Amino acid sequence: MNRGLLFCRARGMAKAGLLLLLALSISSYLVACGGTPASSGPVTLTFWSWVPNLQQAIDLFEKSHPNIKIKWQNVGSGGTEYTKLTTALKAGSGAPDVVQIEYAYLPQYILSGKLVDLSQYGANDVKDQFVAWTWAQVSSGGKVYAIPQDTGPMGLLYREDIFKKYNLPVPTTWDQYAQEAIQLHQANPKIFITDFSASDGPWFFSLLWQAGSQPFVVNGTTIKIHLDDAAALKVANYWGNLVKSGAVSTAADWNNDWYAALQNGTLATWITAAWAPSDLEGFAPKSAGLWRVAPLPQWSAGEQASANWGGSTDAVTTQCQHPAEAAEFVKWLNTNPESVKILTQKLYLFPSQKSALQDPSFDTANSFYGGQQVNRIFVESAQQVNTSFQWSPFQDYVFSQLQNQLAEAVNGKISFEQAMHNTQNAVVTYARSQGFTVIS
Amino acid sequence: MIPSRHMARHSQTEAIQQAIEVQELAPPSSGLLSSLRHWRHWRHWRQRALIPYLFLLPFLLLFSFFILVPLLYALWTSFFIERLIGGTTFVGLQNYQEVLHDGNFWEGVRNVLLLLFTQVPLMLGLALGLALLLDSQIVRFKTIFRLGYFLPYAIPSVIGALLWGYLYSAHIGPFAQLAELLHWPPPPFLTAAGLLPSIANILTWQWTGYNMVILYAALQAIPPELYDAARVDGASGWEIARHIKIPLIAPAIVLTVVFSIIGTLQLFNEPQIMTAIVPNLIQDHYTPNLYAYNLAFTNQQYNYAAAVSFVLGAVVFVFSYVFMLVTYRRGQR
Repeated sequence: MNRGLLFCRARGMAKAGLLLLLALSISSYLVACGGTPASSGPVTLTFWSWVPNLQQAIDLFEKSHPNIKIKWQNVGSGGTEYTKLTTALKAGSGAPDVVQIEYAYLPQYILSGKLVDLSQYGANDVKDQFVAWTWAQVSSGGKVYAIPQDTGPMGLLYREDIFKKYNLPVPTTWDQYAQEAIQLHQANPKIFITDFSASDGPWFFSLLWQAGSQPFVVNGTTIKIHLDDAAALKVANYWGNLVKSGAVSTAADWNNDWYAALQNGTLATWITAAWAPSDLEGFAPKSAGLWRVAPLPQWSAGEQASANWGGSTDAVTTQCQHPAEAAEFVKWLNTNPESVKILTQKLYLFPSQKSALQDPSFDTANSFYGGQQVNRIFVESAQQVNTSFQWSPFQDYVFSQLQNQLAEAVNGKISFEQAMHNTQNAVVTYARSQGFTVIS
Repeated sequence: MIPSRHMARHSQTEAIQQAIEVQELAPPSSGLLSSLRHWRHWRHWRQRALIPYLFLLPFLLLFSFFILVPLLYALWTSFFIERLIGGTTFVGLQNYQEVLHDGNFWEGVRNVLLLLFTQVPLMLGLALGLALLLDSQIVRFKTIFRLGYFLPYAIPSVIGALLWGYLYSAHIGPFAQLAELLHWPPPPFLTAAGLLPSIANILTWQWTGYNMVILYAALQAIPPELYDAARVDGASGWEIARHIKIPLIAPAIVLTVVFSIIGTLQLFNEPQIMTAIVPNLIQDHYTPNLYAYNLAFTNQQYNYAAAVSFVLGAVVFVFSYVFMLVTYRRGQR
């Protein structure tokens, strides 16, 4: 009897097991069916971008292009997105059709052959609408790998109240900036003129860019690497001395502590880019009216050198089934006057389009900055960006090595100059191991 | 009289024997073998022999697709080098040779070993103490305490790390603000010296409850008659814990230690989240797992990352195996 019962149960369970198998095979069949793309009807393109509220521009596009649907996804900004993108491109599926990529990261995706050459879809027709250096960074020898979306010419945001209180003029040279950093910190040990974040490789690179450093000259598979050239060592030593003096803080940026420091007057300036003013309104709302903008301090008085930090492009990946439609979308998004107006005036992207820079409605007073015409400073800065600056085709690796070394320097284990030499050596070794011909 | 270890062991074997008797199937029937019955019997036997495999099938399928195949694929890729220019070439064990001489990798291993030898004993001691307390007669509202201790484990570790990142903050954290009110310097949670203890604290907070529940469940499975017998013999609560409870849940303790060895050596979430707060202190190779992740997804050195993962796997295996060997030997003595 005991046995009979057991057997019955086993048989019932065998049935259940069979059912489960059946269910599994059916569901996998359904999944397989769901994955097949529709052959007719409107084309749907997936688009990865971290620009907030981008749907406004997308709606406008879909209205004028009824046969193209855009599925916008924000999968994270900067590095978070690149990690996913690189993995999906490597895996051969799962990448979006259209993707937002910053200038610094374009070369590595171009080199791996994962971006569609848009020149075959008439991208060169819109070339003249963009600021020269941006086009130089998205194209190579007549081939176009992305359309510039926005830029980040640099400037100096500063707390007018603090400078006034301690009777300091707004610095115009880096020497003056360093002197005032020490004076300010002596007058009030709680205040730092700024924060040197060793973990922000792209930011440090923009400082190198402004100083005239030329870390990479890429020519196909031959690459000249000079991360410790005279200009780079000048920048490294400058910040090394400031960090040593204790007059700048060395906390990481882009976290709650840092937002608080910008809001409560712990940090008196922020060396930053044109997209920052609207960001700052978001994470330091209580400091409204206290901030102003000035041009970036210069290495020699009277110079007018600027650099770019951040800013993005829109590219089409080789996994895209409808490259013509995707090319049309990225061109339209960044050149259609109405779309550009939304991007620059509603979403606060700093334009890469010449027309938008000259648009009088772009030059408005901003109450957060005491009624100052903030964009005017950055429009001037945009014209002073060195156009010959190049990125390496493995910029992720360069940033991570630089960040490791700068962290060691900030922790006092090595000098800042040594950090640049170490980064140079690591990058040269890496470039050789990746099959590049390295010349110096 | 103190109940001897021998007595406890004797009762344990008895209990196990009882359990076996209850579960044991009836002996196979004998005699009266008509051909029909024989056939049916054979069919039943065959069905019954196949049924376990049918049940195993979903597991085996999922296991091979999601564990075995990726593992073999990773092993395969670790024998190659993929260059940005020149493509993929077979290099045999070259990647492994490099890992063995990679200072960054061993620095990470040193960090997790430091945690293993300091944080794990502390956490498991705490978990055992709490489990014994909950199992004893002296605690009321056991369910509330059990849930309370377990709660941190139910919070996703990413959220936990974010939460502690805030608590540790030298500017906006509550401890820092309290210190400021008292004109003390901010507590050194996120400094070069304080970081590892701070991470150890997060891990202890998160995993003590989990281990406690495993140990508590093992304690619940001990037949209460043993306690009655011990009490009749005049054993105190402490003596019962020391001489009956702990020896009987030794297998569960071993289990929690092995889990902790594996979990600690593979530490990833907490340092990954805290990198955003203290990137100067937590670099890309702070733990071996973090190193493998950054190699693959930042540096695109997938092959090398695969080799790093397998060497880490070997380290985990060695530590778990040595620990089990040691406890097994001790049990034999």
